[in-house]
Amino acid sequence: MPVRIQTDDFDAGKEIASLRRGNPKIGAVASFIGVCRDANDGTAVTKMTLEHYPGMTEKALEKIVAEAKSRWNVIDVLVVHRVGELKPTDQVVLVVVSGGHRGDAFAACEFVMDYLKTRAPFWKKEETPQGARWVEARSSDDEAAQRWEPPKRNTAY
Amino acid sequence: MRVRILYLASLREQLGKTGEDLEISPATSTVAGLRTLLMARGGPWQSALAQGKALRVAVNQEMAQPTTSVKSGDEVAFFPPVTGG
Repeated sequence: MPVRIQTDDFDAGKEIASLRRGNPKIGAVASFIGVCRDANDGTAVTKMTLEHYPGMTEKALEKIVAEAKSRWNVIDVLVVHRVGELKPTDQVVLVVVSGGHRGDAFAACEFVMDYLKTRAPFWKKEETPQGARWVEARSSDDEAAQRWEPPKRNTAY
Repeated sequence: MRVRILYLASLREQLGKTGEDLEISPATSTVAGLRTLLMARGGPWQSALAQGKALRVAVNQEMAQPTTSVKSGDEVAFFPPVTGG
């Protein structure tokens, strides 16, 4: 499965090894790990709870993965996203993209994260010294996602 | 016709409800129509669903627009803009 939602932590090294499976066509693996910080918007964060919309989340992520594969010349894409209670320093999300060359792997990895941030139904609630608060969506995330339209190929490398 | 409605994240807390099965008139055949119907309940419904509030809607687990049609048996989810990653 290219997409997994889980409460458990993940091991990026094991996930990458499993994605490569000794495939000699792979010349590049790009990955991203999102991590829980101890502060947001100037306020300390002691823990956060991630909730999602089961069913839609998987569909939305699979659609993003399919779009990445159609736009760039990549071999495999994996998305692992945690839900439930997380503390600062905990890993939140992993995206791994394998391909023949790094240009497309880097671009596809960034695209998947930018689209995940704006299209996959996850919500964060933070615990702060002032009480719990829902994280507000950022316009910078919308802008990051809009960069990818219209489709373009990263041929810089 | 009957639709299943879900309220997620902060919207669920504002409305004090995870969801409901609702009998609606076929005249309420779009996402915008359903939103107006729910707002008419007043109180937190009026404020949480008010026009201009950042709100997202999915019909059958696909992102929808105000003009997206709602049919009998559909699952319609209301939620705030997403903040995963």
